[in-house]
Amino acid sequence: MSKPIIATTSLAGCFGCHMAILDIDARILQLIDLVEFNKSPIDDIKTFTKECDIGIIEGGCCNSENIHVLKEFRKHCKILISLGECAIMGGLPALRNGIDVKECIEEAYLKGPTVGRNTERILPNDEELPMILDKVYPCHEIVKIDYYLPGCPPKADLIWAAVVALVTGDELNIPYELVKFD
Amino acid sequence: MSETIKFTIDGKECQGTKGQLLVDAAADNGVYIPVLCHMRDLIPAGSCRMCTVKVNGRNMAACTTPAEEGMAVENNTPEFLDIRKAIVEMLFVEGNHFCPACEKSGNCDLQALGYKYQMMVPRFPYAFERREIDATTPKIFLERNRCIFCKRCVRVIKDEEGRSIFAFKGRGTTLEINIDKKLAATMTDEMAQQAMDICPVGCILKKEIGFVTPIGQRKYDTMPIGSDIENNHQ
Ligand code: SF4
Ligand code: SF4
Ligand code: SF4
Ligand code: FES
Repeated sequence: MSKPIIATTSLAGCFGCHMAILDIDARILQLIDLVEFNKSPIDDIKTFTKECDIGIIEGGCCNSENIHVLKEFRKHCKILISLGECAIMGGLPALRNGIDVKECIEEAYLKGPTVGRNTERILPNDEELPMILDKVYPCHEIVKIDYYLPGCPPKADLIWAAVVALVTGDELNIPYELVKFD
Repeated sequence: MSETIKFTIDGKECQGTKGQLLVDAAADNGVYIPVLCHMRDLIPAGSCRMCTVKVNGRNMAACTTPAEEGMAVENNTPEFLDIRKAIVEMLFVEGNHFCPACEKSGNCDLQALGYKYQMMVPRFPYAFERREIDATTPKIFLERNRCIFCKRCVRVIKDEEGRSIFAFKGRGTTLEINIDKKLAATMTDEMAQQAMDICPVGCILKKEIGFVTPIGQRKYDTMPIGSDIENNHQ
């Protein structure tokens, strides 16, 4: 039987959740025996070259590109996992939710205390840039998500236990200490 | 003289005194009924419904219902585990709970109930409403994004003349916790600490401290909420 294939991505996240995946330390050797990686920052494969079994999503959706990538993942992965608070509830980027986008942009590029000299009052508005959304969306408000692993970042032991249970079909018993929201 | 009564919770024989609130009587018998607004010896508010149980076939708030002779109480049934999980989820989507950035994280009752009921994601959509923070008083931050309207602060924190330092303003969606600026100016460090401690979430924060306890040593890092009551079984 061929190995299950995993893809991962970071949307509006800080890469901390991907660091947490690497936090499984030496077990990464067991992991590559168990699974194969496809599109992921871990192996730097940029586009899907195969249909995947598991898609792991870090970060919520703050712009049009995030939505596009998330929908691609839904199309190419049988199972999607929201990894971490940002994917589950928007996380820190969602602190801007409830505040008008215009107000946020003006604060960031014109009025904020850390804005240097922007005498021409330029706001980013290039065609190449993805459109910023009205708010940061949790992934499950955009596509169907099958599983959730909370934490900021989720504990490596939790990620390991969940992935192994999914791949082997064994029952997942999570100790109390492993599921935390921070 | 107090009269002893007998009742059952999930079939377990319990004893209490007549008139004692069910939630307290349960705790005395080593049975944890989850609460957010309730505090022992305080006039009940009955506002959060976290303590909902079934008594003789009817749903009741255990913090407003006196224990009575012969009561048959259902507490840890699948039905109630799900109702309570739903309440926790509702509270999470109603406010703005960014646990990773919250000073109360690890010591928060709401979060601890999320852990207890294994909330992975709320079943309701997030409201993401804008709520203003009040940092204008000398000792306290009011981080309204996290208020669950339990009214504990209003009921407990009073000045020497018995006046409440905290109060609600508005109704329904405009309801908001407020702090009386004049009275707040007279608050001692001890009062500020007490206010922070009784707030079940991270809405009342004492200024100039925060994140004092390292991760791993906080109240609910390794011990589920309610386990102190369950382990104190006489
Ligand atoms: S959940 Fe935390 S660690 Fe993960 S992407 Fe968001 S901020 Fe970073
Ligand atoms: S008050 Fe509790 S639930 Fe809300 S953000 Fe803080 S720790 Fe999380
Ligand atoms: S500030 Fe805290 S104690 Fe007061 S009503 Fe809100 S949640 Fe309850
Ligand atoms: S604890 Fe009973 S209603 Fe809040």
